[in-house]
Amino acid sequence: MHEQPLNLLWLQSGGCGGCSMSLLCADTADFAAQLRQVGIHLLWHPSLSLESGHEMLEVMHDCLTGRTPLHVLCIEGAVLRGPEGTGRFHLLAGTQEPMMHWVRQLSAVAHQVVAVGSCAAFGGISAAGCNPTDACGLQYEGDQAGGLLGAAWRSAGGLPVVNVAGCPTHPGWVLETLAALTDGTQRLATDQLDALGRPRAYCDQLAHHGCARNEFYEYKASAEKPSDLGCLMEHMGCKGTQAHADCNIRLWNGEGSCARGGYACISCTEPGFEEPGHPFHQTPKVAGIPIGLPTDMHKAWFVALASLSKSATPRRVKQNSTADHVVVAPMIRKTRLK
Amino acid sequence: MSRLLVGPFNRVEGDLEVRLEVQNGRVQDAWVNAPMYRGFEQILQGKHPLDALVYVPRICGICSVTQSVAAARALAAACGVQAPPNGVWLTNLMLACENAADHLTHFYLFFMPDFTRAEYAGRPWHAQAVQRFSALSGTHVREALAVRQRWMQIMGTLGGKWPHTQSIVPGGSTRNLAAPERHRLGARIAEMRGFLERVLYGVPLEEVAWQSADALAQWQEGDLECSDLRLFLRIAADLGLDALGRGPDLTLSYGGFADPSGRFSLAPGTWDGSQVQPVNMAHIAEDACHAWLAEGAGALHPSQGLTQPDVGKPGAYTWNKAPRLQGRVLETGALARQLAQGQPLLRSLWQQGRGNVLTRVLARSMELAQLVLLAEQCLRAIVPGAPCYEETHLPDEADAVGLCEAARGSLGHWMSIRDGRIANYQIIAPTSWNFSPRDRQGVPGALEAALVGALVQDGDKSPVAVQHIVRSFDPCMVCTVH
Repeated sequence: MHEQPLNLLWLQSGGCGGCSMSLLCADTADFAAQLRQVGIHLLWHPSLSLESGHEMLEVMHDCLTGRTPLHVLCIEGAVLRGPEGTGRFHLLAGTQEPMMHWVRQLSAVAHQVVAVGSCAAFGGISAAGCNPTDACGLQYEGDQAGGLLGAAWRSAGGLPVVNVAGCPTHPGWVLETLAALTDGTQRLATDQLDALGRPRAYCDQLAHHGCARNEFYEYKASAEKPSDLGCLMEHMGCKGTQAHADCNIRLWNGEGSCARGGYACISCTEPGFEEPGHPFHQTPKVAGIPIGLPTDMHKAWFVALASLSKSATPRRVKQNSTADHVVVAPMIRKTRLK
Repeated sequence: MSRLLVGPFNRVEGDLEVRLEVQNGRVQDAWVNAPMYRGFEQILQGKHPLDALVYVPRICGICSVTQSVAAARALAAACGVQAPPNGVWLTNLMLACENAADHLTHFYLFFMPDFTRAEYAGRPWHAQAVQRFSALSGTHVREALAVRQRWMQIMGTLGGKWPHTQSIVPGGSTRNLAAPERHRLGARIAEMRGFLERVLYGVPLEEVAWQSADALAQWQEGDLECSDLRLFLRIAADLGLDALGRGPDLTLSYGGFADPSGRFSLAPGTWDGSQVQPVNMAHIAEDACHAWLAEGAGALHPSQGLTQPDVGKPGAYTWNKAPRLQGRVLETGALARQLAQGQPLLRSLWQQGRGNVLTRVLARSMELAQLVLLAEQCLRAIVPGAPCYEETHLPDEADAVGLCEAARGSLGHWMSIRDGRIANYQIIAPTSWNFSPRDRQGVPGALEAALVGALVQDGDKSPVAVQHIVRSFDPCMVCTVH
């Protein structure tokens, strides 16, 4: 564990602030104590600090001059480079300087840099459509390495930008990543990041793992409209079998996940999720077969198994799949050894 | 005459800058700048109409559900669909949940910490304020964060997560509620009730409904130890917060929490001190005169609205347009809702001093109690097993509007569908109204006018009076510009 708490500065740019709001939903009875336990001293956070205006600018200046060591810099929101590379789409209030410049300078003095959320990691929602603000991530533009800091950039602590992707991020992803960064004995190393710079702690899973609709998935008993209980993959656009995240294992705000909320996983931890190339609520198909097959699954096997399991679907599973509540209960059987 | 550039403001959602001209220790003139542009209205063009349900909640991390509801209502209007009762109650419950969380967050995290500042050391209430409201570490700040976290589990169950749910759709909800879940959510509501009654009010929620200034004054004499609201009122009296940040003579609410028969719990309407008038939606127009945005032919109705950056535009000083109702500046938020609803205490305080730091915060605090009571009602009304969704069919062509009340005020989405795609999408958020720049007649927005006269001590770079006024509106800057 840590000995001295590490200084953390949290800034927001091209985003909605939702990752901060999500962070405040962390599963703890004492958020301040949890931060301390993680080993973090907040220099400044947009929602949680008293300092405002010139007081906040002094905090930043002290980091830049080295008067205050900046151990962890968290950036939430995309880098807005436009128009025409000027960064004018976000001038940090009170400074008339593009936020992009502040982020670059602070990244140069920070021991570690964390991109909080898919906007800061890859561009995210802010880069959707015609990308009107020329938004990008700190070290990625979509799935291409580069972004604001460049592919070769490494922090003073030797890591690339740690991409805690998600829209929003789960509070546990952020707090556990910070805990790993501050852990003196088992500090976060590059082999604990995946090929996109995301912590493997939550990205070595798929959103599909632990999905409460798994029985419907097994039999390809599919939802046909919103509110249906069936599997959301075949018709409703669900990418849970492809999205790297542990959403259905750790759950959100108590008992939640997208699939448990009745709607498709849109793979918000993946670069480019904001432009799927099809309406979010529809599964793109070729000859009736979803294009986006489960990760690591061979197409021929998928088709064969899907066809077999569809024919084997129990009546209960079939009927419940297109209802908004359980209409057929599992039959009661003797489960003792016979 | 001296000039001050104040920012970045924190404990508001998003980035905010205020330029002040100061004379004889008072603000003479103010200009409000929303310094960040993201371009959602451009991003949405050409998308499938239902894709709005993915994009618009992501406009804002704090009013995310409100944005979903406004979009779902615009889409429902386009489809001509009416959600079944469960769909209405589930949506209302989520809205009450978000708005209550936002009011709680505003009071404990955003607004009250300013009273712990060193410049107030020596005031009789300062030590108590420091103990309870110090940013992040105050005893009641910590308790409020803990109860908020539990309260938001309502969102986890109903919406899958918060923020950024996609469970709210035209036609109702993607998710029905089972009987045991209904009981579990009841427990979450009870926890919030318990906290509010024990820490914020010191009385049952049902009693947070004072009918007159005398009734409030009498209640105020009670024990400060068991009521943060009483402590706030003590602070407000000491600092004269009722004379700080005077708002305009007109307020707006689109109405909140309509039941399945269409009856509002919080009435819609504009209020001008004499009567509540229905909102004439045709009279809304946005003026981009002082925004870094291209202008059409004068101020435009949002159904014809235009959003095209023009960063070098002379005379522009913000990314926010200036919305006006029949050319008039207005204020929106919890206070406006209570005025339209006819809450007698707040009406009489408004008659004396309009919107101000005291009335805005008091209205929000009183509404918080109402929202938790509303959440209880919604939960009781949900019938497990009854449908929550009605099938919808999108037309290829439609023009529709979706209205909603966010914690911080009136939110409108105007959507045009052509050839089955979004042709135009315009959003007027609550803080677009409250923090609007000047219009082409040079009339300042509500905050710009409210700041005039605020005290600025010699050499003070971030005047505390300005901070109280700004935060009293509970601004959301990411919604403002979107």
